[in-house]
Amino acid sequence: MAVNQIMFILFSAMIVIFSILTVTSRKILRAAVYLLFVLVSTSGLYFMLNYQFLAAVQLTLYAGGIVVLIIFSILLTSHISQNFESSGWKKNIFSAIAALIGAILSVITILDYRFSATTEAAKEVNMTLIGKSLLSVNYDGYVLPFEVISILLLAAMVAAIVVAKKGAPKTIGLPK
Amino acid sequence: MNSGIPLQYFLILATIMFFAGVYGFLTRRNLITILMSVELILNSVNINFLAFNRYLYPHKLEGMFFSLFVIAVAASEAAVAIAIIINIYRRFTTINVEDVNEMKF
Repeated sequence: MAVNQIMFILFSAMIVIFSILTVTSRKILRAAVYLLFVLVSTSGLYFMLNYQFLAAVQLTLYAGGIVVLIIFSILLTSHISQNFESSGWKKNIFSAIAALIGAILSVITILDYRFSATTEAAKEVNMTLIGKSLLSVNYDGYVLPFEVISILLLAAMVAAIVVAKKGAPKTIGLPK
Repeated sequence: MNSGIPLQYFLILATIMFFAGVYGFLTRRNLITILMSVELILNSVNINFLAFNRYLYPHKLEGMFFSLFVIAVAASEAAVAIAIIINIYRRFTTINVEDVNEMKF
């Protein structure tokens, strides 16, 4: 067995175990740390697929940004030692049945379908190519989604500040 | 790097991750854990895009750029969602979805 197959088994076992632990753990901070493990192993899979830039983006943005934001808001809104109450066995069982049926149907479809690979030569993905096609207006350029996503990020930044800032001073209630 | 690993393995892995996220989305009652389940779902879709791009269309870059934009959307979604969650906590002192049931006040 080659090294890359062993690495794939390692990463996929980590992803499966920790993603199931993320949604079943009773302690919220532990669930966030399990989510961090899932995201880091996913970035390992991206390295295996030879998308180094995207793996780095995954590490910095997901594992570095979003998980830190989630842990920060957990610490603001709940006690660390607090356990969830179980959400009722009926709800758990029916959700598990729904998820299992969906997973089994998808796996059957995947194993049934004949994927036909192209015979064209693989393109090497380096930073020059990524930057050029991100700013190109040609047929294979992505300048329009790039601009749209920049507007979205600006709007999200403004929205986060407006939503999370404190209200006007009169609602806080200064004593007269 | 991906020789000897069929495309189907990546797809099955992403399927398991996706439906773990669906299970968490249906059973959790805390808003932050629901957000974490949504992140799992988005991440599994990214794995699919990249695996398809590498195995079926290695001469193009569509899948890579699509997952790049998905990551950006996920980041802005998490920022806005956490701002809303903190605002809800300030007003109701809880983020349990069953206790937060009035929109107008």
